[in-house]
Amino acid sequence: MILLDRVTKTYNKNLGPALDRISLHVEPKEFVIVVGQSGSGKTTLLRLLTREERATSGKIIVGGIDYDKLHDRDIPLLRRKIGTVFQDFKLLPNRTVFENVAFALEIVGASKREIENTVPKVLDIVNLKGKEKRMPQELSGGERQRVAIARAIVRQPKILIADEPTGNLDPKHAWDVIKVLEKINRYGTTVLLTTHNQEIVNKLKRRVVTIKHGQIASDRAHAEYNPKA
Amino acid sequence: MKRKFITLFRIVRTGGVNFVRGLWLALAAVAIMVITLTIILFSIVANATFGHTVDQIANQVDVSVFLQDSVTDAQAQQFVSAIRKQADVKRVDYLTKQQAQEAFVQQNGGNQSLQTAIVETGNPIPATIHVYPRDLNQIGAINKFLTTKQYQALQTSDSPSYNGDRKKAIDNITHATNILRQIGIAAVIIFAVISVLIIFNTIQMAIFNRRDEIQIMRLLGATTSYIRGPFVVETIIYGILSAAISTLLVNAVFVTASGSLQATSFGLLDISYSQQFFQGHYWLLLAMQLTLGILIGAASSVIATRRYLKFKTPKK
Repeated sequence: MILLDRVTKTYNKNLGPALDRISLHVEPKEFVIVVGQSGSGKTTLLRLLTREERATSGKIIVGGIDYDKLHDRDIPLLRRKIGTVFQDFKLLPNRTVFENVAFALEIVGASKREIENTVPKVLDIVNLKGKEKRMPQELSGGERQRVAIARAIVRQPKILIADEPTGNLDPKHAWDVIKVLEKINRYGTTVLLTTHNQEIVNKLKRRVVTIKHGQIASDRAHAEYNPKA
Repeated sequence: MKRKFITLFRIVRTGGVNFVRGLWLALAAVAIMVITLTIILFSIVANATFGHTVDQIANQVDVSVFLQDSVTDAQAQQFVSAIRKQADVKRVDYLTKQQAQEAFVQQNGGNQSLQTAIVETGNPIPATIHVYPRDLNQIGAINKFLTTKQYQALQTSDSPSYNGDRKKAIDNITHATNILRQIGIAAVIIFAVISVLIIFNTIQMAIFNRRDEIQIMRLLGATTSYIRGPFVVETIIYGILSAAISTLLVNAVFVTASGSLQATSFGLLDISYSQQFFQGHYWLLLAMQLTLGILIGAASSVIATRRYLKFKTPKK
């Protein structure tokens, strides 16, 4: 589903690479947690996958799309196949919960009927039924993040990338968000989650990829995370 | 196909909503566009008015050929048909001695003593041929033809003659028209550039205001045209609005000033014709204004968004 082969990303030649010859293979329907301290290269890795950044060298293939052969004009099509969730939610503040989720469908030209059918179902999945008409600022952080997740999965992507989705949340709300991600994964979506929350990693018991100084320090199935390791 | 239609509809609707929301921001852009389009409209009307005046005066310019009394009617007719064959001649009117006298009397109807004198002297007015040139600049060629030896013999000593003062008036107007046309073109270009820059600025501000939304759209996989579309629609609305305002404005000027316009005349200039021209071509001018407004609006927003909506995937 996701294949990285000796991928290097250098922003500034004087500072050395942010990612240094990273190789990673993620199977379909897998749930992978990427951990690492700030500045380790986690976010760079995700930005390469969404093609917000371009790799300096190496090969990236996601869902059968070879990024070397991807034209700029096809980037929107790529992003439609990948759901993305951000630490700061990135919701539209002047639109309701329903409209925020519908937005992702409007962009791809879905009909009004399609939108009215799909959005409530997805809001149900993320446990936000009945809050369709709320504005984002009327919601808690956890609820906002679940709106963002609903928006990311409403087009039924094969892959969901979540960049520190719990970073701004208290433990209870963070766990709500993680539970939704697990649910989505059970439905068959590949999930790539970055976090530096040790508790979440330990509770989830999933494959953990640790990045340190731009390199993969460890890659273990059902691992527990020890930041000092 | 259906999706494309839905998308187009959404783009237009978003553009409309954004226009209404950003009305204050749009005001400067619309105002300058109204000025630009009004100048263009005035230039066109003024140009038509000057052209019309020149034509009118030019129609009155003719070369008069006076025939000697000894010339027979057959000779005169032969001469007339020879003149008609000239390429530069638009029209030829032949007046016999009798007709020329009648015309003269008619022209000087108020002058009783002059009329009496003419009758008493037994009609001193010569038979006359009026030659109207196609183009005023060809008067010289016509003159040359008329003064060939063969034809000069038929004419009186003061023939041929043409009204030089009118030629001079036409030259003056033509000259003034050319200058005004140049000023008009310069003004149009200057104001068009200014309005493009102001629309540029407006769109850039609108992009800045909506940068979060644009970023989110980008991350969710919106195409460039989906993001750009509403901005283009918004500026097209500016164009349509400005075209309508400027046309109505000029119309209002003509309606309120129509009385005084008819009373005024700058020398030979036929001012009332400008109103006539404007109202006669009202729909055509409105269509032209709309086209120009839409073009200026769309072009500036396409350029403005091109700079800011590029995919930033640098290869460092």
